[in-house]
Amino acid sequence: MPETILVIGEQQAGRLSRVTLETVAAARSLAARTGWAVEAALLGDHVGPAAQELAQTGVATVYALQSPQLIAYTADAYIAALRPWITAKQPKLILLPHTYQVRDFAPRLALALETTLIADVTGFVYDGERPLFTRQMFQGKFAADVAFSDAARPWIVTLQNGAFRADTENLAPALVETVSAEIPDDAIRIHPHEVFREAKQAVDLSQSEVIVAVGRGIKEQKNLEIAEKLAAALGADIAASRPICDAGWLPLERQIGSSGQSVSPKLYLALGISGAIQHIVGMKGARAILAINKDAEAPIFEIADIGAVADLFEVVPALTEEIQKLRAGA
Amino acid sequence: MNILVCLKQVPKKDARLALNEAGTWIREDVPYEVNEPDAYALEEALRQKEKHGGQVTVLTAGPPRAQQVLREALAKGADRAIHLQDDAFAAAGPLRTARAIAAAITDERFDMVFTGLQSDDFGSAQVGVLLAELLGWPSATIIIGIEKTESGVRVKRELEAGQFQLLDMPMPCVLTIQSGINKLRYATLMGIKQAKNKPVRQVTLLEVESSAGEPLQQIARLYVPMKQKQTEIVTGTPAEIARKLAELLRDRVRVI
Repeated sequence: MPETILVIGEQQAGRLSRVTLETVAAARSLAARTGWAVEAALLGDHVGPAAQELAQTGVATVYALQSPQLIAYTADAYIAALRPWITAKQPKLILLPHTYQVRDFAPRLALALETTLIADVTGFVYDGERPLFTRQMFQGKFAADVAFSDAARPWIVTLQNGAFRADTENLAPALVETVSAEIPDDAIRIHPHEVFREAKQAVDLSQSEVIVAVGRGIKEQKNLEIAEKLAAALGADIAASRPICDAGWLPLERQIGSSGQSVSPKLYLALGISGAIQHIVGMKGARAILAINKDAEAPIFEIADIGAVADLFEVVPALTEEIQKLRAGA
Repeated sequence: MNILVCLKQVPKKDARLALNEAGTWIREDVPYEVNEPDAYALEEALRQKEKHGGQVTVLTAGPPRAQQVLREALAKGADRAIHLQDDAFAAAGPLRTARAIAAAITDERFDMVFTGLQSDDFGSAQVGVLLAELLGWPSATIIIGIEKTESGVRVKRELEAGQFQLLDMPMPCVLTIQSGINKLRYATLMGIKQAKNKPVRQVTLLEVESSAGEPLQQIARLYVPMKQKQTEIVTGTPAEIARKLAELLRDRVRVI
């Protein structure tokens, strides 16, 4: 029997999430090198349609772990359902997307299985035939290749959103096997309420052509003015990284990143933004990224198309004037 | 309500980091600060104490230098501190750190444990969640609001893409706190003075080492990542940079 890679996917209201497809793609790329088999599991009260969708992604088998107690996500129910089942199945490697939900239960699951988890992985490298897992550290300033020790089994790895390209071709459907998860009533200690949005999002930046975004480097609220002038000159929308919205300098609805909006404008102009992973996942889809930051080692320069290592307080007002001149001349 | 807040000392955001000679960790001679979400976790604990009474204990696992984050927390109003002190804690990884913390607090009684949602150095977002499993307590992550209820707490959990969810949970429990849950306070002069007389319990590596266990994962290599893109770096005086950038925006990006 070859070793198995088990993908644990995510579904919402019967729809498979895109990050699940990315996770399957990562599993298949590892399988191509190691010869391990790829299987997948979904949890819920009734996961039929999503399981069928998952069955067409090139995995050998899809397991639908179902229980009325899985209707709403809780870490307690997930661990109660997964722990005995995984213990019996003995996969070599479990792959999950690094979503907020997975962050909530996967470390506990790893510990319950007496193993360990390597989180937020962006790729694989091989030491001979042994896969190592690459993840960012120190806010993206460094990368680390991390190895599981021989005592760790199964290996558990979560994958960064967007790190792998999802395959979209529909392959011959695999078998979907339904497993009824036995979850003791007293296992669930947390009582979740409905998921909600705070208010209707008044600002939709996902359609913006040009975005001027500010980060911690703007230093004070009153300095926002220089970014706003640049945005006006470019006809751009203004946005920000999380700390700016946490400080209340701009409303939360203008926040870009994993907890805010995801955007893909023609131009993303990053002013004083260091480029922490949580921000980058929200804007790396931009067609062009221009970064101005005084720190030459800021991770934003890793993904910028155009960069200037400079004091934004000197460059931005001058840039605004230059743009106004070009506009007037045109 | 007795709350434990786990704090981590991490390199300052704008610190210039360099690799050590072995290429397994950073050179440690850099300026440090408290991990940002941990500062919000502390603030939230102090606010809960002001509303409901009780005690706030702060804990860190790190070299002697990490005592600074405990001193700052005591100056802001925490009542006492626990320092798991050893150089080995700096790069211990999430599982061994959580095990060491759990061992250090075996004889303590807390109603809640708060941690930041992740650290700025490892960024693995695991220690709080692992600690909950080790203690056998329920946990909830990325928390942006906490209200005491009759039977426990009602917490507001942040989800992706601007969504939220309320959860009711019993105490004791572990919560990982999101930045922005509150507004941070500054230490007062009086607070700084009083902090000098507050107790700090020292825990050695020897006391918790057997509980921390063997590492199940290790960093084989730490390195500066390969650039994913060719970046055109524009240089010159601020005026020259501005002119060149404007031309690139017109000719290449075509937004002017």
